[in-house]
Amino acid sequence: MRLEPKPAPSLAMSILYPVAAIVVTFVIAGVLVMLAGANPFSVFRLVLKGAAGSQFAVLETLTRATPLIFTGLAVAVAFRAKLWNIGAEAQLYMGAIITVVLGTGALPLPAIILVPLVMLAALIGGALLLAGPAWLKLRFGVDEVVTTLLLNFIVLLFVSMLLEGVLKDPMALGWPQSPKIIAEAQLPRVITGKRLHYGFVIAVALAVGLWFVMKKTVLGYEMRAVGHNAEAARFLGMPVNGVLMKTALLSGGIAALGGFSEVAGLKGSLTLDLSPGFGYTGIVVAMLAMLNPIGVVFSAIFVAGIFVGAAAMSRSAGVPSYIADVMVATSLLTMVTAIMLSRYRVKWK
Amino acid sequence: MDTSLSPALRLSGITKRFGALTANDGISFELGQGEVIALLGENGAGKTTLMNILFGHYVADEGSVEVFGQALPPGDPKAALAAGVGMVHQHFTLADNMSVIDNIALGTQPLFRLKLDRSAARAKIDQLAQDFGLAVKADALVADLSVGERQRVEILKALYRDARVLILDEPTAVLTPTETEALFKTLKLLVAKGLSVIFISHKLNEVMMASDRVLVLRAGKLSGERRTSETNRHELAALMVGREVTPPVVATVERGPLLYELKGVSTARRAHGTALKEIELALHGGEITGVAGVSGNGQAALAGLLAGMEAPVSGTVRIKDAAVTAWSPLAALTAGIARVPEDRHRQGAIADMSVSENVIAERYRDRRFSRGGLVDWVAARTFAQSIIDDYEVKCPSPEARIRLLSGGNMQKLILGRALDPNPSVILANQPSRGLDVGAVAYVHSRLLEARARGAAVLLISEDLEELLALSDRIVVISEGRLSKPSARGKLSISQIGAMMAGHEAA
Repeated sequence: MRLEPKPAPSLAMSILYPVAAIVVTFVIAGVLVMLAGANPFSVFRLVLKGAAGSQFAVLETLTRATPLIFTGLAVAVAFRAKLWNIGAEAQLYMGAIITVVLGTGALPLPAIILVPLVMLAALIGGALLLAGPAWLKLRFGVDEVVTTLLLNFIVLLFVSMLLEGVLKDPMALGWPQSPKIIAEAQLPRVITGKRLHYGFVIAVALAVGLWFVMKKTVLGYEMRAVGHNAEAARFLGMPVNGVLMKTALLSGGIAALGGFSEVAGLKGSLTLDLSPGFGYTGIVVAMLAMLNPIGVVFSAIFVAGIFVGAAAMSRSAGVPSYIADVMVATSLLTMVTAIMLSRYRVKWK
Repeated sequence: MDTSLSPALRLSGITKRFGALTANDGISFELGQGEVIALLGENGAGKTTLMNILFGHYVADEGSVEVFGQALPPGDPKAALAAGVGMVHQHFTLADNMSVIDNIALGTQPLFRLKLDRSAARAKIDQLAQDFGLAVKADALVADLSVGERQRVEILKALYRDARVLILDEPTAVLTPTETEALFKTLKLLVAKGLSVIFISHKLNEVMMASDRVLVLRAGKLSGERRTSETNRHELAALMVGREVTPPVVATVERGPLLYELKGVSTARRAHGTALKEIELALHGGEITGVAGVSGNGQAALAGLLAGMEAPVSGTVRIKDAAVTAWSPLAALTAGIARVPEDRHRQGAIADMSVSENVIAERYRDRRFSRGGLVDWVAARTFAQSIIDDYEVKCPSPEARIRLLSGGNMQKLILGRALDPNPSVILANQPSRGLDVGAVAYVHSRLLEARARGAAVLLISEDLEELLALSDRIVVISEGRLSKPSARGKLSISQIGAMMAGHEAA
């Protein structure tokens, strides 16, 4: 089997390949559902219904998609400059820690000032958390994949320490949980009485903003140049190290906003299970979107829909909701394969 | 079947299309046993595609390949190897961290065996090396070998697998004149033993020296076939580009003021290549200064110095009257130094970005191309289009990814980008490497134009003919030291050759 490069794919093909990838994902997941003893068609119908079958389902999917948009954008921005930030999970928790520290009554300010202030503080905290690994990479050549990945565990253990100590809520009866943030630090809900909050709106606006940055600004141009060919960028006079540092600050800050949004918009307090791996799933989201910020919004909704839908399906069909993990993982593999097939022709012989 | 009568190789009607592009169009030829064929053509003429089909990397849309009368199954490099076809790629395929002997034996012995049978391999390699003048140190690490030695290892690797037909892709591109001569001697020994050789080149003098027959490819078609003894360079060049090529006319230009000066400059030791040792160099306006030397003798450090990629550890550098204190590519650009880098793909261009994005890469901070942190893409596009028009760049649009352009067109864009601000000092590092005759002539005429305009040009090249044709003065670099400049016509090729090898000028 060999690969031969193809000329640029037509528009029809560039739509057809991702659609085919989704179809193949469902076929593979369908086989597993059958092995679990259920009818794949009814299971998928239940997944779809659970993800988008009612106003509640749609709002739930969008709520779940919100942190994934933040982490997906953080990863997309970093990966575009070939800065391998695997630590969105840690940066998200950093944002959440700062939100809880500043939002539980330490600053008695009106909401109109407190919310932007806490948001900015979370952004700076996440930015600084990634600045460390970026500095080590630029100064000593330390691999940022290793440092950012390990920071995830360090920060999670740090959260655990805080929740058993200074941030422990005395009213939580021994449960490792922080106190609730005050009302002035909360993000309002998009529809009163529903769970969807303004974090989602901020996330979508951020995606549009980042698309603009990548496409139109000097910084976006430099980031793309450094990502494509850092050596040429350096030769051509671009401040490569500065660009990578700015990329790190941006990426870390965006991921931390995800933590701010979860606490201030949805949970109200910090717990050890605030994120079921949003930072890692963000990598999948960014890759599915081929690092396009607008695409991140759609891929985050797709991934969130599968998780939410599968959870609902599992309650009524009895198939384990782990099928969602399989589907998300499979969709990444099929999507990457589809992208390759749209660029290369496979010759058997 | 008696194989002694059939040709070593027969290609019949080979056609290969990539989308709308026909890379090979009905190509047929035979390679006799004991014959050396040169495959000559511009970049993009289809030479490499043809050899990739022959070796089984690509499958032809039409046509067939026969080796010693046996049809070769398409798309199977293993079958090509088994039939006795060996290929030496332009970019070597050796494992740096393994010894010569292991590199050669790699892949020829069973995978699941605890110990390589090195003694038999060594005996065979020694015999081959002796027979064909391919002296190598069998136990040396490939990483420690020179480029010429690595090429010998590649050839030995093919011979070790009992190749009867040897394909060499641009074998001389990386060699010194002496190494090239040694290679041609080896080729003579090979054909004397009945092997057949195809060598791919776009250097006319080598083709004339080393081949029995020349096949010229142009735009995917066989445009001519000549016995080497019955043709000349002018005819071949005309067949290659489809028109007569005129050598550059070097008009007399008055020597201008001193624009760039190095005094007692040394650079830090480098992991690769040689550091500069107390060199003196003065570049005047209206003058092209040629730097001759075997690759790896400090050219990279010298180019790095001018390009702002490297800072000196001692000595002074002056641009016009001002001493240089800031060392960065941006500082060099700001000081009015234009840079044409040695490696277009690694340094000169960002392959996956568009023509527009590439042409503004050195100057995107100017008010002309960005304001308030926003890039003015309309201005960038207009600028790209003006270079495309002025420099006759063949490219579909300013939005095309630069990767899709041929080497010559990419070089024209880089040249256009560098020369647009009317620089006073121009660094041209191997500006015509890997370019076809037409593009080389174009690059030369643009450098001569800049010289006529009063710019100082530093031309670093491994092509002595290019240096002699263009340079007003020649300096020779050897082990990081620079010779005194010699005016045009003062040095012969053999004198330069001796200085390149480290001997003082007589």
